[in-house]
Amino acid sequence: MASKSIKLKARAENGETTVKALIKHPMETGRRKDKESGQLVPSHYIQEVSCSYQGEPVMTAEWGPTVSKNPFLSFTFMGGAAGEEIEMSWKDNTGDSDSASATIT
Amino acid sequence: MNTNMKRRLFLKASVAAGTVGMAASAGLLMPRTVLAAWNEAAFKADSMGAALKAGMGSDAVTESAEVTLEVPPNPENGAVVPVAVSTTLAGTQSIAILVEKNASPLCGVFTLGKRMKSQISIRVKVGESGDVITVVKAGDKLYSARTPVKVTIGGCG
Repeated sequence: MASKSIKLKARAENGETTVKALIKHPMETGRRKDKESGQLVPSHYIQEVSCSYQGEPVMTAEWGPTVSKNPFLSFTFMGGAAGEEIEMSWKDNTGDSDSASATIT
Repeated sequence: MNTNMKRRLFLKASVAAGTVGMAASAGLLMPRTVLAAWNEAAFKADSMGAALKAGMGSDAVTESAEVTLEVPPNPENGAVVPVAVSTTLAGTQSIAILVEKNASPLCGVFTLGKRMKSQISIRVKVGESGDVITVVKAGDKLYSARTPVKVTIGGCG
């Protein structure tokens, strides 16, 4: 499924793969007030992010609302070669989720 | 009487089958059983100690030179503060990132798979000047590093 919210890139070098991901998400803490209405903006943030390589979970993360808006995440794992696929998915506190896959270059 | 008994049996059997079916589909939908439900207690905790106890199992933390935390000391905008964590500790299981002065200090907990190199970069919000702390769990012990950060524009308003 094509993902609109995740930009995923992975690059293999010296037996390691570096993954970079940019997720489009408001990451509202629930503490911010709308400037015009003065009402609190309801919280809306990603709670779970996971990344897998060949079906094996490489990293799973739990996030709180204090991760920045449009989160950027980068990490490195051992192994991986050009042409192979990695997958990433997220789930937020409203039940929304998305996933994306990318080919390692 | 007889039909009643049969009905009971039928009900029992269908309930049992339903449970098995549900368990199976849950297993299919969520292969990462390692990942428990989102740790609400840890993320809602308003103090460092409580967040660590709930999120990492303990608040007994040792500062370690083997944990590296890179944060710009004077980020212009508190809403986007890049944080990079790496460690040379062997057997790293998870990495937590906390911002001391935020209303809920715990930002994120990363559980590392076997392949994962102990190295993560992310961007976080820093509400007011204070310390950014990372806690690394290796061999069931907690190690930390902290860096003071001064923000001019808070990131949580």
